[in-house]
Amino acid sequence: MNDSLFTIFMNAAVVSNFVLAMFLGICPFLGVSNKVDTSLNMGMATTFVMLVSSAAAYAINLILGELGIEFLRLICYIAVIASSVQLVEMVVKKFSPALFQALGIFLPLITTNCAILGLTLFQTSREYNFVQSLVFALGAGAGFTLALLLMAGIREKLELAKTPDIAQGAAMTLMIGGVLSLAFMGFAGLA
Amino acid sequence: MSKPGEYENISADTFLRGLWEENPVFVMLLGMCPALAVTNSAINAISMGLATTFVLVMSSSLISIFRNFIPKQVRIVAYIVIIATFVTIVDYLIQAISLDLYNALGAFIQLIVANCVILGRAESYASRQKLGATVVNSFGSGIGFTLALLSMGAVREILGAGALFGVSIMPAGFEPWVVMVLPPGGFFVLGCWLILFAWDKKRKQEKIGAASGGCSVGGHA
Repeated sequence: MNDSLFTIFMNAAVVSNFVLAMFLGICPFLGVSNKVDTSLNMGMATTFVMLVSSAAAYAINLILGELGIEFLRLICYIAVIASSVQLVEMVVKKFSPALFQALGIFLPLITTNCAILGLTLFQTSREYNFVQSLVFALGAGAGFTLALLLMAGIREKLELAKTPDIAQGAAMTLMIGGVLSLAFMGFAGLA
Repeated sequence: MSKPGEYENISADTFLRGLWEENPVFVMLLGMCPALAVTNSAINAISMGLATTFVLVMSSSLISIFRNFIPKQVRIVAYIVIIATFVTIVDYLIQAISLDLYNALGAFIQLIVANCVILGRAESYASRQKLGATVVNSFGSGIGFTLALLSMGAVREILGAGALFGVSIMPAGFEPWVVMVLPPGGFFVLGCWLILFAWDKKRKQEKIGAASGGCSVGGHA
């Protein structure tokens, strides 16, 4: 792949947004998007884990390729993601207990966020080099944060509106997700 | 729900619970990513569902067999490694059976690892129950997941392409709603199903409420 770094970033962040166009990371998108500040924190933590996992996955892929055991890729990636989440958790706990409190349960849950596993798998199948991988991770993280923030902003306003009883909760969130996804389709062909 | 140290006897409910009461997608809202992403046609939906069922049953059985040997502190890592092993098997299996299907499902076969339905079953059922009950229960959940995916895939394919399993079923003048096979369609269809289920539940509750209300009035008289 010879895409420019800017193209890779824009592609991951808006054109094929991880949440709204590729359906990765829907669980936090539905679960954590009820307040703007928690979703911002969640987005930043996820972006950080994405960057760490992306760098680690790049290195691991080189080693696996060297040894000719690519079939172990999936197991290695998921182990790397789980340990980098653990690492992030320890670092945050040590250096900023306030942020650790704010993120709470969301931190360990990042492990089962398929956006991160998806990211490492895509960067491998698209054969990005090291810098491209990091930019891709940054773009994906930015796109994830953007989608979460948009949804949280709408949901905060929606609390004041009257919605039918049966459409409350997840159903309403999915409908809004559909509208947002329609809006993001407008970016198709941009990059 | 099962409590630790208590074994459940296998009954029809062990299986049926996963289909309706604890349906992974519609009731527990787990495994949403594949439910939205690969349901643009009925055949994709059903293959994804069956692949997930296979991984679910196999990994739950293995976890149930080893439940007394896996230390509690590292259980999540152990579960994930077991799940990843079976996903790798499915990944190569689908690649060998049908390359078209493999390309259509894309990265979502490998992403079965991150499907919370499987980890949820492992944590809440397989790690506490005997092998037989685990196999029946996880098979039920898997079929429930497959049916949920199929009910979305069928709606999206009929409206979006005017066909079901690739066979055209709509009248000739039907204009396909292309948006249904695109990403927004996934959100809309799942949202509609959830509204439908919420409406059904509300109606049932009102019926029960009316019935018990009538009884108490009768009792007073």
